[in-house]
Amino acid sequence: MTLELRRMAENRVGRAGMIAIGAIITILAVTGSAFVIAGANPVDAYYAYFITPLTREFTLLEVLNKATPILFTGTAVAIAFRAGYWNIGVEGQLLMGAVAAAGIGQVVEGWPTLLVLPLMIAGGALAGAAWALVPALLRVRMGIDEVVTTLLLNPVALLVVQGLLHGPWKDPETGFPESPRMAEAAEFPQLSEFIPLIGRSRLHLGFIIAIVVIVIAWWVLSRTSTGLRVRAVGLSPHGARFAGIKVERTLLRVALVSGAIAGIAGVSEVAGIQFRLTEGVSPGFGYTGVVVAMLGGLTMPGVLIAGLLLGDLSVGASSAVRSLQIPSQVGDVVQGTLLLVVIGAVAIYRWRTTREDDRPPDEGEPPPDEPEGQAPVETPPT
Amino acid sequence: MTFFADIMAATFRNATPLVYGTVGETYTERAGILNLGVEGTMYAGAFFGFAVAYHTGDPWIGLLGAIIVGLMAGALMALMTVTLGANQHVSGLGLTIVLIGISEFANRLMFTGSTLARIEPMPLWDPLAGLGPIGTIANQYGLTYIGFFVVVPISWWVLMKTPLGLSIRAVGENPEAADVAGISVFRIRYIALMIGGALMAVGGAFITLAVLGTFTLDIIAGRGWVVIALVIFGRWRIFRGVLGALIFAAVYSLGLRLHITPGFEGIPNEIMLALPYVIVIVALALSGRNVPYPGAYLKPYRRS
Repeated sequence: MTLELRRMAENRVGRAGMIAIGAIITILAVTGSAFVIAGANPVDAYYAYFITPLTREFTLLEVLNKATPILFTGTAVAIAFRAGYWNIGVEGQLLMGAVAAAGIGQVVEGWPTLLVLPLMIAGGALAGAAWALVPALLRVRMGIDEVVTTLLLNPVALLVVQGLLHGPWKDPETGFPESPRMAEAAEFPQLSEFIPLIGRSRLHLGFIIAIVVIVIAWWVLSRTSTGLRVRAVGLSPHGARFAGIKVERTLLRVALVSGAIAGIAGVSEVAGIQFRLTEGVSPGFGYTGVVVAMLGGLTMPGVLIAGLLLGDLSVGASSAVRSLQIPSQVGDVVQGTLLLVVIGAVAIYRWRTTREDDRPPDEGEPPPDEPEGQAPVETPPT
Repeated sequence: MTFFADIMAATFRNATPLVYGTVGETYTERAGILNLGVEGTMYAGAFFGFAVAYHTGDPWIGLLGAIIVGLMAGALMALMTVTLGANQHVSGLGLTIVLIGISEFANRLMFTGSTLARIEPMPLWDPLAGLGPIGTIANQYGLTYIGFFVVVPISWWVLMKTPLGLSIRAVGENPEAADVAGISVFRIRYIALMIGGALMAVGGAFITLAVLGTFTLDIIAGRGWVVIALVIFGRWRIFRGVLGALIFAAVYSLGLRLHITPGFEGIPNEIMLALPYVIVIVALALSGRNVPYPGAYLKPYRRS
């Protein structure tokens, strides 16, 4: 018996190693071809994408800076997916948080910073949660698939931003579609101002908030009964309901928390980087959040690592435009390839493993970080 | 009268990409696969269709290029969700990210100059010219005619009346039973995803090859997400989905038109553009309760 178990464990490790090697080869082949097509030496390109940003203090801090918004959105997505709530509207929720921050930031001239910053963060969180509310209510009250409704609200949110920037918030002097610069009291302080060890950089308070959010999310998910309920709902809504968990209420709360974190991401970008609302405030941070959450296996430590990795990739991709003339769009190809190959590899691993254990996937315990195959609660497939 | 004729004509034109996308997505979802790669597939169809047309000088060869790209996109989605059994939501989003990335990368490599690359767009077909408003409405691109009068009825026929359609619906409802009946679940799902991908790509290519004659970034602008909603609104039935596409396009066209109509200038354009999305969500809320999802929706199939 013990021998059996040990052999199985060894097989699993061996298999995981094989799959990992296969995944790495696939990633290298696909991304390497992209680099070659772009006319760059792949070895130089990988070095520029992943290593160069880590070699100087300024670029290293920029990695943390670029990671900040996707750490927020990755956390927002991961929390929702853990509960089996497919919030793909993080992009729109982020934009609403950015709108709230820009709105509050314009009217607080002369207020004390210590009052303004919490107000702005709360306002952004509220705006993000409000944008997440309608799809969540439709899901829990009427069983309307949240994938569609959250997705459809993303273009609507962008239109709200554009409407404000081409209408009431248009810069009166330049006529550019940019909101007026926010009051100084509303700007997130840069970390180099109050942490002596940190050198000159754009890194701002938002990064600290992102880390705090991740730590809290980790603690709640893995150490509290609330987290247990969230995970139970994600693993099996029917089982959770049977165990007396209020599934709808849990999903609604998860959706609102996810939206609120996304909203804070918008606040962080406006108050920490742009200091005003622009149409390009989010180059798809909400969708990158899905990549971060999945690469991180929907766990908080995983989100932290994946967010930093993609931050690294982002800084590397923009510096490689200058140093190697690789178009920045290759960064998106690399990111998407990473996502597809990693979830493909995980699927192979799970499939083989469950087969070996003679446990068909639909009877075995669903894997904790991939609550898939669950139709909306109200409309169970027959 | 011309006002309504113009709106009607614009409705059919604006509905065309949605019709191709919705019919394509209906194939994949009837086979049990939610393909969120539709946004990226339409995007890649729009770009590569244009790129091929630009280099060959013939928009119809460009259309062929888009179809090939769509078949490949469908095959990649099938590899992820059918062969590997990976999560469908994330595979689809990943496919969209990859396809938009590749398209924009290729766009950057191929069209770097300062002048906007253009092609001679596909001509309008005007069979009823001279019949006043009816002639205006009938003045449409060939792909619109093909979409409404060829692709839609044939797809309905294929899905509902042919052995292939029966197989597609069987593997989407109950893959175990289909497998027992000798249907290859994998093969049928690959076929459905590839047909679907080709149709989505044509929907995207319609915008570059016929309407615009050029490619611009963010050209699909969320139409793929609208398609996902229309399929649910249509309850996986082709004609109901097409009806949804027409309603969406009518609201969209009316909004664009009202924006330039005297008396309505005060309404911001963005509200007009957001209205169709809001209406789709409202329509889903009103009609989407207890919709009959395909039985094997989102479920990978494994012989156990």
